[in-house]
Amino acid sequence: MSAVLRTEGLSRSWGALQAVKEVSFALQAGARHALIGPNGAGKTTLVNLLTGTVPPQAGNVFLDGDRITHLPQHLRVKRGMTRTFQITTLFPGLTVLESVLLAICERKGLGASWWRPVARHAAEIDEARRVVRDLQLEAEADVPTRSLPYGKQRLLEIAVALASRPRVLLLDEPAAGIPVSESAEVFGVLASLPRDVTILFIEHDMNLVFRFAERITVLVEGSILVEGTPQEIAADARVREVYLGEGGHG
Amino acid sequence: MFTSLPGVLFDGVAYGSLLFLMSIGLSVTMGLMRFINLAHGAFAMLGGYVCVVGMARLGVPFLATLPLAFLAAAAAGAVLERALYRRLYRRGPLDQVLFSLGLTLMSVAGATYVWGSGQQPMHLPGFLLGQVRVLGVDLGIYRLFLVALVATITAALVLLVRRTRFGARLRASVDDAQASAGLGIDVTRVFSVTFALGSGLAGLGGALAIDVLGLDPTFPLKYLVYFLLVVVVGGAGSIAGTLAASLLLGLFDVSGKYYVPAAGAFVIYALMVVLLLLFPGGLRRGAR
Amino acid sequence: MSGFAAVRLPDARWHPAEVAFWVALAAAPFVFPGHLVLGSQVLITGLFALSLDLILGYAGIVSLGHAAMFGAGAYTAGLLARHGWGEPLSGLAAAAVAGAAIAWATSFIAVRGGDLTRLMVTLGIGLMLYEAANQAARVTGGVDGLSDMAVRDLLGVFPFDLAGRTAYVYSFAVLFAVFLVCRRIVRSPFGLSLRGIRDGARRMPALGSPVRRRLIAIYSVSGAIAGIAGALLAQTTQFVGLEVLGFARSADLLVMLVLGGAGWLYGGLIGAALFMVAQNQLSSMNPVYWQFWLGLLLVAMVFVARGGVVGAIGLARERILGRAAR
Repeated sequence: MSAVLRTEGLSRSWGALQAVKEVSFALQAGARHALIGPNGAGKTTLVNLLTGTVPPQAGNVFLDGDRITHLPQHLRVKRGMTRTFQITTLFPGLTVLESVLLAICERKGLGASWWRPVARHAAEIDEARRVVRDLQLEAEADVPTRSLPYGKQRLLEIAVALASRPRVLLLDEPAAGIPVSESAEVFGVLASLPRDVTILFIEHDMNLVFRFAERITVLVEGSILVEGTPQEIAADARVREVYLGEGGHG
Repeated sequence: MFTSLPGVLFDGVAYGSLLFLMSIGLSVTMGLMRFINLAHGAFAMLGGYVCVVGMARLGVPFLATLPLAFLAAAAAGAVLERALYRRLYRRGPLDQVLFSLGLTLMSVAGATYVWGSGQQPMHLPGFLLGQVRVLGVDLGIYRLFLVALVATITAALVLLVRRTRFGARLRASVDDAQASAGLGIDVTRVFSVTFALGSGLAGLGGALAIDVLGLDPTFPLKYLVYFLLVVVVGGAGSIAGTLAASLLLGLFDVSGKYYVPAAGAFVIYALMVVLLLLFPGGLRRGAR
Repeated sequence: MSGFAAVRLPDARWHPAEVAFWVALAAAPFVFPGHLVLGSQVLITGLFALSLDLILGYAGIVSLGHAAMFGAGAYTAGLLARHGWGEPLSGLAAAAVAGAAIAWATSFIAVRGGDLTRLMVTLGIGLMLYEAANQAARVTGGVDGLSDMAVRDLLGVFPFDLAGRTAYVYSFAVLFAVFLVCRRIVRSPFGLSLRGIRDGARRMPALGSPVRRRLIAIYSVSGAIAGIAGALLAQTTQFVGLEVLGFARSADLLVMLVLGGAGWLYGGLIGAALFMVAQNQLSSMNPVYWQFWLGLLLVAMVFVARGGVVGAIGLARERILGRAAR
């Protein structure tokens, strides 16, 4: 097993606040890896550093062994790394189907095609319909994103990410805001993804984490506290003290 | 050519000071509320007309019209902020542009209707006319007065921002309005007072500017670009940045018009484009 | 697949209302033979508004200086005609290149920076060009304007008559041709990506989209079209005044587009028609009134339309015309 995504001594501060402190972290190919930690631990910042949304002040990021530390975000996506956002970041004026279609067209380099209408791109439309169906959004396919209920927007958030056919998928609290009964379904979809997709997800709901993750990294105040299998983490006293012990989350 | 350089430079500083006075309000409100207010020049124009009306119709001496211009513009700002601007802070830039453009058109039309479209004559009091020789250079007394007045006001503003509680609240709100509200700062009040103060200063600037720039109903549109320029180049919300940008632009504009008259206002706009290329976030944020 | 039958995606189909619209425009020379001069002006301004819609309605760029490209096109065609090259269609092509060149050159700053910087840059470029044209009076005619243009017959056959018939047909043909191209663009995947940029610029890089490149492309196309509109004005009126580069022209254009509704291509055309007809009537009565009421209309529009002017008009429009109006 090799590390498909790796960081070395990655650091990022905001003024006096050190959000990420020399994090050296490896994501194995095909992993189902959870990133947990108390609020403000630096999890989203780490994901931002991995995806190129934010540049690091020290350290490096490697994708498939290539150094991508300063590669612009859209080029990382071209290399197969996609993310979702903690705060739903979608397209209010586009419908569900259009949003997914947009992701597919961008992936296939069709974004510059300006003569043939969207409706004539049959292959891409079929693929979009499949993704929409997989995330149980067919009923809302024609609804503009701004009119979608929040839970459906979170599903669309994932659909759009999946439409990019990522090899590495970084999910920032994918189930946030989705009713508990439905969040298991979302994770079911993620679980059914083939092993050639590597998944790293930030999540606060411990039930989901322990059901779905095969490996867990605990981030506290910008540094990795401990890493291991769900059983190891559940048994770790330090983790319980710092995180689970605080009245418990989720 | 270079014997006149000190004189030209001084003129540039005077012009820049005037620009600063008129633009500082716009800069702070833009930094604070992130609101693109194209109607800011209308407050300057109001101050100008108050001054003219005060002197011509009511016989008020020039110096006394200055506080009146300030108060009138500040009052107008306070009322409009409360009634209209406040409801648009969350809107996108297009709506803000359309709204402030509409206000500007209304003010220009209103001014034309009331005072006609011609230039307003200005008769400065005798003691402000003429020149005085300082260190071998002839400097206009009125311009000296301008520079001194603006310097005093700038010092007062800096004191206000750095030493008073209001100033602390203002700085916190500029930094992060949401967080400040969370800390219990009455951000709405800070907005209102700041807007009124900024408009008042613009009005004062407008009154002072009559002799230098002239006054007619198209004032808000004519000088809009200069105000925006100063704010963008200096960085919205920064007194130091606005001052630097105003002086820089004043110097370049005056020198440009003096040494390269064929280029006219072109120099200023070209300078702006260059500065924006080098410092997309404004001078305050530094080079990319 | 069930549930998908009702989904509508951007396609090239023509709504009957659209067809009626263009037929009506084409019929104007026969129905209103006396108003063709105003008619051409409306068509030309409509074309100009179309160019702004591409960047404002579809890509979300607010510009206060679109007249820069318009004026560049006007002066290009005007100068060509003045100095011996009076062939209209090639003049049009040259103007398109001029407009595109200016847009392309300035796009690098215009697509970076926040909303305010963009506004300033577009405003500044417009003012710069205005000043430059003003100063270069020997070439451009300065405040007096450029005249003495010898525009040759269209296609070598149709002279530009005083009644404005040739001008109208010419403007209509160009407008329609450009409109067809724009229609294709906005309904293509490229158009979809522009709407994506407008609605969610933050998400687009996460989709692998080269946002800046797209914006530069559409901005340049928009500049070319604005240049064409300017050239049409120059050729049909045989005069180019400084105001083609002025702030008033850019500001008026923005108002027109918003009036008609940005983001659906017809908004610019309808807005231009409404604005110009109204201006024609009201401004001749008293220019001050026109200015005041226009300002008041803008303020009212912003307040009455919650969630944005464009959004509100768009919602109303969607209800009236159905989903095809996208």
